[in-house]
Amino acid sequence: MEILSHAFVYLVAAVVAVPLAQRLGLGSVLGYLIAGVVIGPILGIVGNETADLQHFAEFGVVMMLFLVGLELRPAMLWSMRGQLIGLGGLQVTLTTAVIAAGCMAFGLSWQSGIAIGMVLALSSTAIVLQSLNEKGWLGTVGGKSAFSVLLTQDVAVIPMLALLPLLAVETLSPSGDDPTAHGAMLLDLVPDWAQPLVIIAAIATIIIGGRYLIRPMFRFIAHSRLREVFTAAALLLVIGIALFMTAIGLSPALGTFLAGVVLSDSEYRHELENDIEPFKGLLLGLFFLTVGAGIDFGLLFDQPIILIGLAFGVMIIKAGILFAIASIFGLRGADRLLFAVGLAQAGEFAFVLFGMASGMGVLPVDLIGKMTLVVALTMILTPAAFILYERVLAPRMVKTNSREADTIETPGSVVIAGLGRFGQIVTRLLATNGHDVVVLDHDPEVVENLSRVGFRAYYGDATRPDLLHTTGIEDARLFVAAIDNRDKLTALVEHVAKHYPKVRILARAHDRHHVYELEKAGAHCVQRETFDSALNLGRDALIELGLHPFRAERKKQAFRAHDFETLEKLRERWNEHGVDKGYIDTMRSQNETLFELMRDERDEKTHGDRHWTPPPSANPDP
Amino acid sequence: MARVLTLFAHPRQDRSEINWPMFEAAQTVEGVTCVDLYARYPSFEINIAREQSSLLDHDVIIFQHPLYWYSAPAIIKEWMDLVLEYDFAYGAEGTALNGKVMFNAVSCGTARSAYTVKGGHIAELRTLLMPFERTADLCNMRYLAPYATFSAGSLRAENRVKETVSQWHSFLTALTQDRIDLDAAANALTLTDHPDSFFIGENA
Repeated sequence: MEILSHAFVYLVAAVVAVPLAQRLGLGSVLGYLIAGVVIGPILGIVGNETADLQHFAEFGVVMMLFLVGLELRPAMLWSMRGQLIGLGGLQVTLTTAVIAAGCMAFGLSWQSGIAIGMVLALSSTAIVLQSLNEKGWLGTVGGKSAFSVLLTQDVAVIPMLALLPLLAVETLSPSGDDPTAHGAMLLDLVPDWAQPLVIIAAIATIIIGGRYLIRPMFRFIAHSRLREVFTAAALLLVIGIALFMTAIGLSPALGTFLAGVVLSDSEYRHELENDIEPFKGLLLGLFFLTVGAGIDFGLLFDQPIILIGLAFGVMIIKAGILFAIASIFGLRGADRLLFAVGLAQAGEFAFVLFGMASGMGVLPVDLIGKMTLVVALTMILTPAAFILYERVLAPRMVKTNSREADTIETPGSVVIAGLGRFGQIVTRLLATNGHDVVVLDHDPEVVENLSRVGFRAYYGDATRPDLLHTTGIEDARLFVAAIDNRDKLTALVEHVAKHYPKVRILARAHDRHHVYELEKAGAHCVQRETFDSALNLGRDALIELGLHPFRAERKKQAFRAHDFETLEKLRERWNEHGVDKGYIDTMRSQNETLFELMRDERDEKTHGDRHWTPPPSANPDP
Repeated sequence: MARVLTLFAHPRQDRSEINWPMFEAAQTVEGVTCVDLYARYPSFEINIAREQSSLLDHDVIIFQHPLYWYSAPAIIKEWMDLVLEYDFAYGAEGTALNGKVMFNAVSCGTARSAYTVKGGHIAELRTLLMPFERTADLCNMRYLAPYATFSAGSLRAENRVKETVSQWHSFLTALTQDRIDLDAAANALTLTDHPDSFFIGENA
C-alpha cells in the first residue's frame, strides 16, 4: 500500500498547488516545485524515495522531446541547422569555458572546472519548454531560438558523457553504488574510431525503422480499433527507443525526438500526440515535484548565502553569455531578453551528470552535493525569472530599447492601441476613410513599416499612461483597444474609461467572458476577435459540404444572431454570479434552441428557419 | 390619433437631396415612428419578430423611398418578403394587419407628366406601384395613393426643397391627427396632385 499512499501525497500536492499557482499567474512549473518543497523539506511527508522517483520522472523529458519532434517536420529541422550549430554550439562551449575559468579562479583543478562548466552549461528542457508552451512564447523568435539551443544541448550530452571519465582526477575503483547504473553501454565497448559509426547507425536505425517499420505497425494496430492498444503501442515505442538509445550510450531524449520527427508527417501524428501527452504531463509534473522535494534544506541553511549566491551567479553568467550570443545572432528587444532569461538555469541532466561525475571521481562528493543543490535552486528560480521577464522586463523594453518612445505632435480623432493583425485592419479602414488616426505599438518593426506607407504610427507601450496622454486622447472621439495581451487590454480599457470619460471605447475581446470583463471595465463596443472569421470559415465549410451558398450564409447569420442572444442572456448571470449552475443551464438550453433554429423545415410549434417559408400548398387563391 | 410608422429606405443617404430632408422632417412630427431600414439592417438581416411587433403598434405604414426601377430599393422588398408572413399578414389566421393604412411616399426623377398613359412611362405611378397595392389588399390593409415627389432631381436647383419638406410635414401631422380624408386618398392617383383636397377639419 506504500506506493498508493505516496501517489496520494504527490497527487494531492499537485492538485492543490498547481491550479493555485496557475491562478496566481505563476505557471504550473512553479506550482509543482512549491508543492514539492511543501511535501518534502517543509512537511517531511516524503523523503528518500524522491531520488528514485526523479530518475523515473525524468522519463517525462524523453516523452516531451518525442512530442516536440512530432511537431517538427524534417524540413523545419533542416532550416534550423544554422541556429542549432551556431547558437547552440556557441552557448555550450562559451558557457563551459567561462564557468571552468571561474571554478579555477576559486582554486579548483582545470578538470573539475571543465566538468562543472559542461554540466552547468546545459539548461532545463523540461522547465523551459513547459513554460514557453504555457505562455505561448514558443512561436516567438526568442522562443524558437531557445528551443534550438535546448536541442543542441541534448545532442551535446553525448560527447559530455564520453568526456567525463577523461576528467577524473583521482582514480576510483568503479563502485557498486554508481547512481546512474548505466551498465555496459555499446559505445564503451567499441574502439574510439568506431564510435561515430555506431552513433550514425543508431540514428539511421531510428529513421529507417520509423518510416518502414513503425508506421505499418501503427496502421495495423489502428485497424484493430482498440484504443488502449494504440496507447500501449505509443508508450512501447517511446520506451523502446529510450532503452535502445540507453543501451548504446546515447541520450534517450535525442532518440525519441528523432522518432517524433520521423513520425511528424504520418497520419497517426495526432493520435500519438493525444496518447503520450497525459503521460508526459504527469511525469514532468512528478519530475518538478521531486526537484522541489529533493532540496536539502539542511545543507542550504548551513551556507545559505554562498549557495544562493552561487545559484544567482550561475544564472547571471549564463544569462550574460546568452545575451551576448543573442546579440551576435541578431536577436533584439524582448526576444533577446526571453532567450537570455529563459535558458539561464541549469538543467535536469546536471543531476545525471553530477551523479556520474561523483561515481568516477571527477569531483569531490561534498562539492557535488552543493552543486546539485545549486542546480535545483536555479531551477526553482526559473519560473520566477519568467515572471520577472513577463511583468517587468518585457513591458520595460519600451524604455530600454534602442529607440525612445516617440513624441506625438498632433492629436488624432481616433487613438488605436495595438497594431497587430487585428489593429492593422481597423487602422487601415479608418485611415483610408480619411479619419485622423494615431496608432501606438511596442513593436518598432511594425511601426516602421506602417509609417513607411504613410500611417501615423508611433512607437511606444500603450499601457503607459504618460504616452497615452500625449496621443491627445482626451480630445479624441474614439479609442480602439486592439492589443494582444488579454489582461493588459482589460486594464487599458479600465484606465481609459476612468481617466477619459468622454472618449468612446471600442475593444477587441478574446472570448465571451472577456466581452463581459471589457464591458465592466468601461468599453462601449466590444467585438470578439475570431468570432466572425470563424463563422465565415464555418459557412465556407457548409458550402464545401454541398449546401447552397445562400443557405449557408443564412445559417451563419442565424447562428450569429442566436449567439448574440446567448451573449445577452448570459451577461446578467455572469455579472452577478459568474459561471454558476444557472449560467450553465442557460447555456444548455440555448444550445438546444440552436439545434432547432438550424432546422430547415418549420414545424407547427414555429421552430426552425422561418425566413421565406412558403405558404402551405393548399392555400386558396385570394 | 393615428400612430404612423415610416419605414425609410435609401441606400445612399449621403447623396439624397429630398428623401433625407423629408425623413428628418418626419422625425419632428409627434406620433410618427421613424425607422431607417438601411441603418437598422445594414447587412439585410431583418429581425422578423421585431418588425412584426412594430407593425402591430401602428395604424399607418408608410414606405418612404426613391423610385428604383418602378419599385422600391431592395431592402423594402426583402422586408416585405420576410415580415409579411403567412398566418401573420395573410392566410386564414393572418389578420394582424386588418384595417391598417399603407402607402408609398416616393420620389421620382422625372416630371409628373411622364407618369401618365400618354407619358414616357406609359402608366400612372399608382399603376406602376401595383405590387404594393395588391400586397396591401391581400393583407386587408387600405392602400392610399402614392405621396409622390416628382422631378426630385431639380428641386434643389429650383429652391423648392423647403416647400416640399414642409408640405410633407403638414401632411404627416394631419395624418396623425386623423385629419386626412382616407376615402379620397384611397381613390386618388397621387396624394400630391391636389394636396389640399385631402385635408379635413380646421385646415380643410
